[in-house]
Amino acid sequence: MKTALRRREVVSFLLNDRKDLLVVAGLGSAAWDITAAGDSPLSFPMWGAMGNAAMFGLGLALAQPKRRVLVITGDGEMLMGLGSLATIGVQRPRNLSVVVIDNERYGETGMQATHTSAGVSLAKVAAACGFRSARLVRDGSQLKALRTAIHAARGPLFAQVKVLAEKLPLVLPPRDGGILKARFRKALLGNSSDLD
Amino acid sequence: MKRSDVKDKASGAWPEDLFRTLKGAGVRQVGYVPDAGHKRLIELCLADKEMHAVVLSTEEEGIGLAAGAWLGGVRGALLMQSSGVGNCINHLGTVRECRFPLLMVVTMRGQVGEFNPWQVPMGQATPAVLAAMGVVVKEANSAEAIAPAVDAAARLAFGSYQAVAVLISQAVIGIKSFQDQASR
Repeated sequence: MKTALRRREVVSFLLNDRKDLLVVAGLGSAAWDITAAGDSPLSFPMWGAMGNAAMFGLGLALAQPKRRVLVITGDGEMLMGLGSLATIGVQRPRNLSVVVIDNERYGETGMQATHTSAGVSLAKVAAACGFRSARLVRDGSQLKALRTAIHAARGPLFAQVKVLAEKLPLVLPPRDGGILKARFRKALLGNSSDLD
Repeated sequence: MKRSDVKDKASGAWPEDLFRTLKGAGVRQVGYVPDAGHKRLIELCLADKEMHAVVLSTEEEGIGLAAGAWLGGVRGALLMQSSGVGNCINHLGTVRECRFPLLMVVTMRGQVGEFNPWQVPMGQATPAVLAAMGVVVKEANSAEAIAPAVDAAARLAFGSYQAVAVLISQAVIGIKSFQDQASR
């Protein structure tokens, strides 16, 4: 794996000055990454439902067509929900980006190898499923272009960002699901969010 | 008019009634895996400009879809066959932990007159599996009972943040053979 990118730096760069982005993070390292970058009520870090982060993003993107939605997840999480890439490819929401932070490892269970370590290309799967843009990111200039595309390009956009396999300190978001849901809806929909 | 004609008329109209009920409940996203029992309802959802009808590759995707929609302020519903309930189990845990509202409308297999033995174990286990994951289960055993059951389920789901499943009996769907299923 040729890359010098580090996952926490990648995610911090993508979320710096995030403007109106709504963010969903898949369980495990991706959720710790977005929290290390700075927790926000408009982030929904998941603690379960492995394989379903991209579909949370699709439901949110269809519900909020004027906002940009960014799903950040890991390669293991994405592999468990590969069919969701086909489902998103059929809907083609122009406001949805899915970014896979790919360290080719299951980070929470002992850094075992995932399918991507054997060459499975998630970017090619996404392209074949009909994503408008699907790219592999290995260096800083490609990362910069990705950040620009997340904020400006017509989606659906997919990126597989190759990062170093690092064991990093945990940076945990709140873990009460009811609170994560309620704070997101209040920040997005206002005080009437519990009335509709 | 013979009694059987009246029954057939009511039986045939339930997808229309159910569609009106979903729209009246404010449902605007409908996730589904294609299913013979839900065929007409799915067609109605696809034809409606206010609805996002989202075809799924597996049923648990619909749990994420509906939860994401709720985060964005939109009500969703999930249509599936009882075999799909098994695919959803782990994701129902997230629904419960987060208290996401969830409205599932499930056409039953493996019940009355099932012809495919591979459908029977999941069909028979469906109510217990849903209950084990904290989903409120309502059974609709006649065509007339479906729309009122879904209306009540929608109020419970969206008003009280519950996961609710309405199970439509195989007696209503009435598929009796592979040939019958294929001809629908």
